[in-house]
Amino acid sequence: MDDTVRLLVNGTPVSVPAGTMVSTAVAMAGSSLFRRSVSGEPRGPLCGMGICFECRVTINGRAHCRSCQMACETGMEVRTDA
Amino acid sequence: MPDRACDVAVIGAGPAGLAAACRAAESGARVAMVDDNPNPGGQIWRAAAGTSPREAARWLHAVKASNVEWIAGARVFAAPAPNRIALETLDGGCELEYRSLILATGARERFLPFPGWTLPNVMGAGGLQALAKSGLPIEGRKIIIAGSGPLLLAVAKFMRSHGADLRLIAEQAPQAKLLAFGLHLAGHPGKLVQALGLRTVLLGIPYLTSCWPISAQGSEKLESVTLRRGRKTWTEPCNYLACAFGLIPNVEIAVLLGCRMSVSGVAVDEYQQTSVPGVYSAGEATGIGGLDLALAEGEIAGYAAAGRSDRARERFRGRESYRRFADALEQAFSLREELKSLPQDDTLVCRCEDVTLGRVRACSGWREAKLHTRCGMGPCQGRVCGGALEFLTGWRVGSVRPPVFPARIENLARRAGT
Repeated sequence: MDDTVRLLVNGTPVSVPAGTMVSTAVAMAGSSLFRRSVSGEPRGPLCGMGICFECRVTINGRAHCRSCQMACETGMEVRTDA
Repeated sequence: MPDRACDVAVIGAGPAGLAAACRAAESGARVAMVDDNPNPGGQIWRAAAGTSPREAARWLHAVKASNVEWIAGARVFAAPAPNRIALETLDGGCELEYRSLILATGARERFLPFPGWTLPNVMGAGGLQALAKSGLPIEGRKIIIAGSGPLLLAVAKFMRSHGADLRLIAEQAPQAKLLAFGLHLAGHPGKLVQALGLRTVLLGIPYLTSCWPISAQGSEKLESVTLRRGRKTWTEPCNYLACAFGLIPNVEIAVLLGCRMSVSGVAVDEYQQTSVPGVYSAGEATGIGGLDLALAEGEIAGYAAAGRSDRARERFRGRESYRRFADALEQAFSLREELKSLPQDDTLVCRCEDVTLGRVRACSGWREAKLHTRCGMGPCQGRVCGGALEFLTGWRVGSVRPPVFPARIENLARRAGT
């Protein structure tokens, strides 16, 4: 079994070990900004356990996914705010 | 109609939930265990590339070996009927019917606002550890750990052993209190070894007591942290600030179900039963007490929920000694008054709705703040700002209404249609 998962973060291919959370893949892709707050501030993960919603991103077109609670899957398309 | 049914439903698969599920199942109950995470273990036993501690492996194996139904990646968002909870999963939802319910919902970190705390790469101590455990490369990264509690040391140990450039640990508690706590540790050999083991690993890293961050700086992400200790104020460049001021219990589902609260968390009787018959609670949700207490409470709740109160009683004595340890812990790491002046009027306190402390302070209470400023009305539903404001203003989040977690419209509609 292949234990590497390949996904896209903002269009850039990223390879991570199976079981890696999406939040980690986003950070490994070089992005510390996950979303913009209601007043436009840059934000990234805070709690790492699905409570704070600061790490939310768009996954396969579905908005507001908590990236720290979801494992990466091959072919996933992840988008952060710019 | 419920989609699934069981005798005992356990919410949360951390130590307390695992112990509860295990004991209930071995007592002959049909058990379902639900957790928001993809894997069991909770925050403390979150797998770091297959290196779970031996105790974790033992419980995880025991649950796997019993016929506990494991419902992963599911969060409770409502209690639509008596003895029934509604769950949302990644690709849908379901309703679970139970005869007894055990709430082992754990705790979250308490964050206190200070200028710059919303910058990317300022995280919780457990928050950064969770990311690192999931594979975030931290080797050579400059990390400052700050806040309060034994979690800071555990996180420091993890960061150090993974090659992080750990600059310092800032603990707000004064040294005198920690020394008194150290004496208490002597009465708990297991804890003492744990503490000594940490000391070796942390050799050479400054552990500064009576020290805390007063601001974080950076343009689009964290670049430096300014700390204060006594009259001294200085700035340290760093990549990550891992910062949390103790833990607060997750009580939202218990409140939704109408369970009475104590000063420390969900109120329970000697069998871990809440004020609502058939609903039990165990672990950090009943008050912060650490791993050993969580396991003891979980076992008692599991036995009691499955009708084996005789077996539950055998665990009472163990639980008592762990509770004394928890009390000492709370004494040692209580938050100092000076931290209340960390945030300025223009510091954001509600990160979901970007509400400043100044606007919140103009309100008379939590309810007015929600109505007038939208503080606590965002997706976290006050789970972050509520803990901060409880310390800063003394307000306690009162009511909880469904959905207790943001839920997708199709799941809410599905309920409305039944």
